Amino acid sequence: MADSVTRPDGPGVDALLKLGTFFSRAPRTDDGRAVFVEGGRQGDVFYRDRWSHDKVVRSTHGVNCTGSCSWKVYVKDGIITWESQQTDYPSVGPDSPEYEPRGCPRGAAFSWYTYSPTRVKYPYGRQVLIEMYREARRRLGDPVEAWAEIQADPEKRRRYQQARGKGGLVRLSWDEALEITAASYVHTIRTWGPDRIVSFSPIPAMSPVSHAAGTRFNHLLGGAMASFYDWYADLPVASPQVFGDQTDVPESGDWWDATYLMMWGSNVPLTRTPDAHWMTEVRYRGTKVVTVSPDYADNTKFADEWLPAQAGSDAALAMAMGHVVLKEFFVDRQVPYFVDYTKQYTDLPHLVRLQPSPDGQGYVPAKFLTAADLGIEGSDPAFKTVVWDEAAGDVAVPNGSLGFRYNEDDKGKWNLELGDVDPALSMYDHSTENVELSVACFEDPRGEGSVLRRGVPTRRVGEHMVCTVLDLMLAQYGVGRDGLPGDWPTGYDDATRPYTPAWQEEITSVPADTVTRIAREFASNSEESEGRSMVIMGAGLCHWYHADTMYRAVMALLMLTGCIGRNGGGWAHYVGQEKCRPMVGWFNIANAMDWQRPPRTVIGTGYWYMHTDQWRTDGLSADALTSPLSTGSLDGTHSADALVRSWRQGWMPFYPQFDRNPLELAEEAEAAVEAGEAESVQDWIAAQLHEGRLKGAVEDVDAPENWPRNLILWRSNLFGSSAKGNEYFLRHLLGTHHNTLPNDHGADQRPKDVTWHEDAPEGKLDLLVSADFRMTSTTLLSDIVFPAATWYEKYDLSATDMHPYVHAFTPAIDPPWEAKTDYQLFRLLLERISVFARKHLGTRKDIVAVPLQHDTPGQIAQPGGVSRDWKAEGRKPVPGKDMPVLAVVERDYTALVDKFASVGPLAEKLGFTVKNIKFDMTENVERLGSMFGVYDSGPAEGRPAMNTDERMAEAILMFSGTTNGAVATQAFKDLETKTGVELADLSEGSEERRITFADTQASPQPVITSPEWSGSETGGRRYTGFSINVERKKPWHTLTGRMHFFLDHDWLIDVGEQMPTYRPPLNMTRMYGEPEINSRGEREVALRYLTVHNKWAIHSEYQDNLFMLSLSRGGPQCWMSVEDAEAIDVKDNDWVECVNTNGVFVARAVVTPRLPAGVAYVPHAQERTVDTPKSEATGRRGGIHNSVTRILLKPTHLIGGYAQLAYAFNYLGPTGVQRDIVAVVRKRSQEVQY
Amino acid sequence: MRIMCQVGMVMNLDKCIGCHTCSVTCKQAWTNRAGTEYVWFNNVETRPGQGYPRRYEDQEKWQGGWKLNRRGRLQLKSGNRLQKLFGIFASPVQPELDDYYEPWTYDYQNLIDAPLGDDFPVARPKSLITGDDMKIEWSSNWDDDLGGLTEHGQQDPVVQKLREENGMKLKFTYEKTFMFHLPRICEHCLNPSCMASCPSGAIYKRSEDGIVLVDQDKCRGWRQCITGCPYKKIYFNHRTGKAEKCTFCYPRIEVGLPTVCAETCVGRLRYIGVFLYDADKVTEAASVPDEKDLHQAQLDLMLDPDDPEIQRLAREQGIPEDWLEAAKRSPVYKLAKKFRVALPLHPEYRTMPMVWYIPPLSPVVDLLAEEGHDAEDPGVLFGAIDALRIPVEYLAELFTAGDTDEVDRVLFRLAAMRSYMRNVTLGQERDESIAQQVGMTGAEVQEMYRLLAIAKYNERY
Repeated sequence: MADSVTRPDGPGVDALLKLGTFFSRAPRTDDGRAVFVEGGRQGDVFYRDRWSHDKVVRSTHGVNCTGSCSWKVYVKDGIITWESQQTDYPSVGPDSPEYEPRGCPRGAAFSWYTYSPTRVKYPYGRQVLIEMYREARRRLGDPVEAWAEIQADPEKRRRYQQARGKGGLVRLSWDEALEITAASYVHTIRTWGPDRIVSFSPIPAMSPVSHAAGTRFNHLLGGAMASFYDWYADLPVASPQVFGDQTDVPESGDWWDATYLMMWGSNVPLTRTPDAHWMTEVRYRGTKVVTVSPDYADNTKFADEWLPAQAGSDAALAMAMGHVVLKEFFVDRQVPYFVDYTKQYTDLPHLVRLQPSPDGQGYVPAKFLTAADLGIEGSDPAFKTVVWDEAAGDVAVPNGSLGFRYNEDDKGKWNLELGDVDPALSMYDHSTENVELSVACFEDPRGEGSVLRRGVPTRRVGEHMVCTVLDLMLAQYGVGRDGLPGDWPTGYDDATRPYTPAWQEEITSVPADTVTRIAREFASNSEESEGRSMVIMGAGLCHWYHADTMYRAVMALLMLTGCIGRNGGGWAHYVGQEKCRPMVGWFNIANAMDWQRPPRTVIGTGYWYMHTDQWRTDGLSADALTSPLSTGSLDGTHSADALVRSWRQGWMPFYPQFDRNPLELAEEAEAAVEAGEAESVQDWIAAQLHEGRLKGAVEDVDAPENWPRNLILWRSNLFGSSAKGNEYFLRHLLGTHHNTLPNDHGADQRPKDVTWHEDAPEGKLDLLVSADFRMTSTTLLSDIVFPAATWYEKYDLSATDMHPYVHAFTPAIDPPWEAKTDYQLFRLLLERISVFARKHLGTRKDIVAVPLQHDTPGQIAQPGGVSRDWKAEGRKPVPGKDMPVLAVVERDYTALVDKFASVGPLAEKLGFTVKNIKFDMTENVERLGSMFGVYDSGPAEGRPAMNTDERMAEAILMFSGTTNGAVATQAFKDLETKTGVELADLSEGSEERRITFADTQASPQPVITSPEWSGSETGGRRYTGFSINVERKKPWHTLTGRMHFFLDHDWLIDVGEQMPTYRPPLNMTRMYGEPEINSRGEREVALRYLTVHNKWAIHSEYQDNLFMLSLSRGGPQCWMSVEDAEAIDVKDNDWVECVNTNGVFVARAVVTPRLPAGVAYVPHAQERTVDTPKSEATGRRGGIHNSVTRILLKPTHLIGGYAQLAYAFNYLGPTGVQRDIVAVVRKRSQEVQY
Repeated sequence: MRIMCQVGMVMNLDKCIGCHTCSVTCKQAWTNRAGTEYVWFNNVETRPGQGYPRRYEDQEKWQGGWKLNRRGRLQLKSGNRLQKLFGIFASPVQPELDDYYEPWTYDYQNLIDAPLGDDFPVARPKSLITGDDMKIEWSSNWDDDLGGLTEHGQQDPVVQKLREENGMKLKFTYEKTFMFHLPRICEHCLNPSCMASCPSGAIYKRSEDGIVLVDQDKCRGWRQCITGCPYKKIYFNHRTGKAEKCTFCYPRIEVGLPTVCAETCVGRLRYIGVFLYDADKVTEAASVPDEKDLHQAQLDLMLDPDDPEIQRLAREQGIPEDWLEAAKRSPVYKLAKKFRVALPLHPEYRTMPMVWYIPPLSPVVDLLAEEGHDAEDPGVLFGAIDALRIPVEYLAELFTAGDTDEVDRVLFRLAAMRSYMRNVTLGQERDESIAQQVGMTGAEVQEMYRLLAIAKYNERY
């Protein structure tokens, strides 16, 4: 038999093998290939032991990535060993993929930090400062006086400030670290006022308890909390502009419902790693996938088509797609689904007044026609927009606009029911006169505006000449109709006239035919599927200066084709977006709304722009943005001026608020009222402002009395990550070494409304405190560093918009060494401050100035969106009308720790409010009291205890509609009375359901539908934003109550952005003197400096993790095209420097053909802590990625006080964009020094 | 017929996002310890690229796997076993540390301890081998996402082979960019050349599940197995002096859990299941003369678990009932044999590898429109395999010993599934002709779709 089978090797080997059979009786195969042996597996024991563990704990990572992945943490012998993903998400349904497993390589590498050599194990302090303090403390005996003495000595201040970031940290006891920090806070409040305190910590959804602990600390003190979503440039300003909502998007499971999926500037596998599978899987259902990206991004691999649009040109592509959609689906042919949808849910049929064009030719669109313009009786007529009713042949005022929201007369009419009204989409069939329209256009790559002449059909209504928004859109997009005057494209192939497919080809490089075909497919799919075309959009768009116009151009496609609010359709904005699903509980506890209102919150971008003195060298003026058809409201306005005017008019907040301590101001004002000098505190302050005796701090931001004095950072790494213009932060805010190069941008156009000091301050901040578990750029710069517990060492919650579950953090081990949780840290700090306050502060009144806010009657304070600056006009302002709202808040500084750890009485007295919906807390407060007990004495007597992080988590869950069915139903009923439409059925039946913290520890819990959000999960469906609006006719929170194509605020008119449009990237050469892109010198080339997401980090987290460094290039990287690298003689892995006047970034080059020429990709949040040598440009340590950027502030983001353009925290504000930056990439000496 | 069980894995490369979660969870669980710093039982390569260790597929250099000798009989590529036995004291052919990479850490402590100086403290890289400062110049994943491709891509052994043997010159330009990821673990081969190379008999294949292991007690550190394995998936622990390799997570498999790499795969692209095969036929199958026939020969070894005769024989030979059940519902059997969309990696190494791959579709079809097709027609769109950015020849060199027809057949099936399912999704009439064109029924297409797209946990493992 043996010879008949194939056998390995040859006779010699056979002989050897046969010989072996004499020694072993083990059975074997006929060919002698395999021998079967039993037993003898002791050698396997090693791996069995290695796998064994004592327990597995559910936890997750509180990192800012919106993944919200639930993890198993393995523990053996009291040591965390490793982690792997949980797979127990409740099922999505039998015919769908599931959410398991969620995770990514970064999260999988987390446990490395627990015992890593970069772990912060103890409190640390800056030695220079600590020695000064100890000496003064010994001598004076009082911590606060000791601190005050150091601050009074400029030489001492300079000495410790200049030591920041240069090593020299020494270990402290917790006791001493707390004492110094608390003394500093008390000194600042006493001397300068609580609004000189600022705190920063982003993204509550990723750990609301840890976030709320510090935020509650800040607001109890009266400090300002700086925003993050807009600061990160992740806020799509277009969302409040168009939808009147911050951001509300589909969960990733809803990608599965899409039948056409575009990924536009969003690299899903890299940034949405745990969700990417939905994208790969939906292709198998026959969904076409298209990517728009300048490089061959990771997601391009999955795409059916790749549109390689040049960086920053995306709006041109979107406008051309819109051109095709409008022409083929609105003019050549009407699609019933689209007509029906746009009439009900968009402003397309709403009438707009025309007025003569400022350039004397034809007309321009002015403002929406309102009931006030027509003299129609009723409440709030200036906020009721008008349509042409085809049924009646007359104008009609449909329900649902903002004018129906805030008055008793219209209660129950704030809804989208049209009744018998049939709004005309166009005046084309009702026109009495066709007129020529002037339209601003910005096709010139240098940003210069031009004017297009296009016609619209109009009709006189009363004294007003009007047309619909659709008529304006067709004119804007260049889609002509017979009989209209104007200059129109001759066809898709007309490259000379905006916004045709051929026109965009010259800007984007994407072939015209391709764009035409994609636009057609996109709309046809939507027609066929009733709105299941989806666009996933990300940082590739959102981080540009003109991101709002890009987004509006893309959103227009989705609104025209009826995709918003439809499962499987709509805009899916995934960059920095987050969703703290138990929002009501988190928001109110974090802002300490149970004890006092209002909190001080501030726009991060504006705050840092001013306080880090980036405004002083800003060459960007609104003049570079204004339209040739401007009416002049922004002429000569420096971005800093725009900020001042915005603050003055009550649009955006700024802190410090006034050039005086608000505690002293309150005393003075009350004394004046008592003395009969004024009717009210508010009135007295308005008069002081009018008479110039009181000024806004922002108007003289460099004066020492207006500096921020205390900054505390937890769960954040401002100086290693998000600080656009990082080197300006180091120089002006911190007063230490920096890499800025001398520059004089904007010297010829200084701000008019901000006092200029010849010498820029260096070192404004008294004390920088941070809490972290690893050494970052921020901890290195901090004066006091507290050791934080990691995410595997504390209790907290996690939620996201990417999936519908809430789940828990649970400690796998107690915080090791001397680490403490954020909750413990802030409680201990307040304990110390409360003690010092007995002597130094006591109970004080505080004047709090806040802007006119969204979802409050403040948004109907300024009709018509008219910019009127009382100071310029010499008027006495009226608080809450044309200047900020002024509130008086009492603060008992000795009672803060008691308040921190209990639930205050306003919870049941006023209820908790979110989006103008009242959430009644009476029963919940009682229930919490019976669960955790109430305090029997002291300032919190009778109040329920919230004295551990676990209890705070329970309170957040109990106080939120998404996690407490009774709360959701009660709030829906409140909304029913306002809208008159049925809503409460969405959560009825879930009243008994209350998700407890223990539930979230057991498994991820699906949430309950609640009016905190605009979509529905009811019945187990996938969540998508605005489905309640579409299905229940609940208005959007906008002027018309519908989604807006058209915006009519003065400032938007004057920058030419009333409608979606294309604007090129900023001209950095003209404004900041940077070289033209692609200009070359010897071994240097100017490139667009794009800080894309990092595959091996979540922002700065993990970029120092040994596993991530081992899988990447082991240090800072700069990706370049082959062509650019060759031009400067750079080979893969050579050292290069990216330089401009803002600073320098040193990295090793990664040369690749997947990038086009003209761009450098510098993965963002690369710090200087790992393998960063000294730079040749400055001789100092190469910077972080943001050392080469600066804050570029868009004035139109500062609009407020008007309908959906009204401030709310992280909802509206200028965004900290960085994509327009240009840097010179230079080959440097390969002999690097550290 | 000797029926045996083999656990196998299928990875659907069409779903792989190249995130490396598998690598990290595997490393954390198994090899984050001294002696194995450079070891990644599971690694993920970007292709085109050199892989890890560099150019491991160059068997002319590394001498891994089997070849047929002049008599047509299997022989270790590095020499027959007799020669190997006499040569054990000679240094084996094996990659050096530079071919893997020199592992490093950083002087992190400096961030905490640095005294007051004149600049930011920094953590410099330090070699984990020598402890000295170093410049980082290679890693297990250096060419990730096409980094350095222009300089390194031509060294990709597949690219080199296509250039030298097929005259196909791949130019790495922006316009023609293509990329995919290839996660790799030990193949747990049916005909393991590592095992045959070991002079100590320390490597064995478990009879109950076919997992290939190194007995840590018996291993004497001869390192012949490192030469023998053509996938370079056996590593030398420089601390213990013993060979180590992927264990298919047997402590987990034994208690009914999938491997770490599979369970933590967020692309949901890994499938684990049981094959029944005829152990008596393995050598014969591995010895077929034409390399292009090896795939079919390997498939022929796989026995139909639903065949009553096979079931009877299996029971007779003592295969437990639950293993028979597992074989019947085995997703890997379905993907490899029933739907025939999964292919073995480098079958020409003749080791009969048991980790199989569904090739990536990568259907970027802008090229199609350029060629004048009506790209809006889903039939054309999804059938446009010729227009793929990834050259089919490249995939064929990886999975079918160069047989492009077989790769085409797989890709057509995937494309047809997408086309067929679009009508189902939109509630339109189904077009059975699409299924027929690729030799399937509509029901089979839907069953395959369920496995690939819905891919529930208990259907993947």
